[in-house]
Amino acid sequence: MTSTVSSARLDDYRQVAPRGAVDLLLRLGERLKGRRLVNVSGSRYRGLTIEVLNRLVPILNDLGIDASWEVTIGTSDFEGVTRTVGRALTGTEQVITDAMVGRLRDVCAENARRLRLDADLVMVHDAAPLLLVESRAGESRWLWRCHDDLSSPQPQLWNVLRPVAQRYDAVIFSDARFAAPLSVPRFVIYPSVDPLSERNRDMSRAEQAQHLDRLRVPRDKPFLLQVGPFRRSHDPLGVINAYRLVKKHHDVRLVLPPDPQTEMNALERGAAIVIHKPLTVGFGIDVAAAMWKGKPVVGSLAGGIRNQVIFGVTGYTVETVEGAAFRIRHLLGNPELIGRMGAAGREHIRRNFLITRHLGDYLALLALLTK
Amino acid sequence: MSAQPFVFLGCIDLKEMLPYEARDVRELLEVIGRVPIESLFCHTAAALLHRSALPTGYPNDFAHWTGLAMGDQRLAERLAAIDPFESRSLEQMRAELVATISDHLQHFPAASPVARAEPFRFFQAHLVPVPTGHQARTLREFRDALAEVDLSALFYHLIEARYRLSRGRGDFAEWVAAALERPDVAERLAVIDPYSGSLERIRDRHLTVLTAALDEGSR
Repeated sequence: MTSTVSSARLDDYRQVAPRGAVDLLLRLGERLKGRRLVNVSGSRYRGLTIEVLNRLVPILNDLGIDASWEVTIGTSDFEGVTRTVGRALTGTEQVITDAMVGRLRDVCAENARRLRLDADLVMVHDAAPLLLVESRAGESRWLWRCHDDLSSPQPQLWNVLRPVAQRYDAVIFSDARFAAPLSVPRFVIYPSVDPLSERNRDMSRAEQAQHLDRLRVPRDKPFLLQVGPFRRSHDPLGVINAYRLVKKHHDVRLVLPPDPQTEMNALERGAAIVIHKPLTVGFGIDVAAAMWKGKPVVGSLAGGIRNQVIFGVTGYTVETVEGAAFRIRHLLGNPELIGRMGAAGREHIRRNFLITRHLGDYLALLALLTK
Repeated sequence: MSAQPFVFLGCIDLKEMLPYEARDVRELLEVIGRVPIESLFCHTAAALLHRSALPTGYPNDFAHWTGLAMGDQRLAERLAAIDPFESRSLEQMRAELVATISDHLQHFPAASPVARAEPFRFFQAHLVPVPTGHQARTLREFRDALAEVDLSALFYHLIEARYRLSRGRGDFAEWVAAALERPDVAERLAVIDPYSGSLERIRDRHLTVLTAALDEGSR
């Protein structure tokens, strides 16, 4: 089934992508016209992967690629199994039984019979559909797109799944640090943000003000914004403690949104400085979304944050509460740096973390792996 | 004049992780000596493809890692000074890297890595060339197209061609000299230093030379 969720077309990105980038994508698309790419995920409704596929699949079709998106279906117990397996693969200790692995295998085999997987390139996203590859047939090339951190998977489970991963022609990781040793080629493709999505689209000051008023965020003084969700793993207490240290010297507020979907566009645009200080995280692409709005970011070294924040150029990476407070104080004390780093951050994102770059990477994979 | 047109090609690079890592400078020396040569290209000349227009420290990945992860500024500076565009071949550059690190370790064997330092992970870049849709037959068309093309076209014609295909001056200078018969302009393009700065800055310098040449011609 082909997704039609997004209405954005590639030409719409000319206003935001680097100069010449859209033309390059159009030409590469022309060269690859008619090639068949099927994406397979375990869901159509949750997560950043889904947001990106929602955008990429229609644009790929616009380019003439025969792109589709299939979703594996299982019962509710299967969803529980995939969540547990997903957590175990990212290193959280879980109880994994042979029956659970068997369930994963059976559901994937059932889905393999049902789904249309006849394509030049089959790209399987994340853990839920991983075992589909056991049913691969024909000339298709198969890729596993692992969006999570696979650097320290639970050994008992990985011993079973590693041979499965090695049945793919290649595996794509979001960061070199997330990669597990494998005998097949491993590519690194960073996630991306969509500058035309509701989260990132341009917004007038009046509209920003409306949103901030609705959220009851006063505009009488600058505010710091934590972009991670209000969860222990995102260290909200650490952020509050850093704020307390800053507050002694600067009259600012701290905004901690309850979840990262809360009108973040307006909040990020209204903030003076953005903070993202998770203890553990996936790639942490929320940082790129904030940088796209021209904000300097003070972030932890977790996940892919250090790939996005160029130390001293687009913001700072820190290891401690004190470090975060010191860097925030430094920025507030030197407001010209806020503007300069914010502008540098936006350009860094434009070149390296927009969906147009992501699209180019997928087209290049199609060119490289299929003939 | 009906010069052979210059067809601008851009490229998209895919990064493949290789099964090599170095956790300290000694390992770096050992692995540089045996990795595929394409990996050295990826970490030196090709580092330009994603370099920010803003100052981010060292110009190649080896110097960057040595300086930041190993905290060895002296070695980082020496590695930064190895200019891949001056080396006659990638193998010569490998020899320069090995000689520099070996010499450094003889004098400063005790340098210890920064705590919890990230290892150096070796990559290889797969380049997929793509037509940009721009071509030029005259110097003016060339200047105008160069201002519009994706930055990867500069990488492809200046770095890829010059370094990996042994075209000493890069495609731009070669075409301006041969097809437009303007060796004077070609000479000025050829001396633009690709090693310092970003692709955007390199584009600006090319545009400055070409605009000056067009202005001279119109006087």
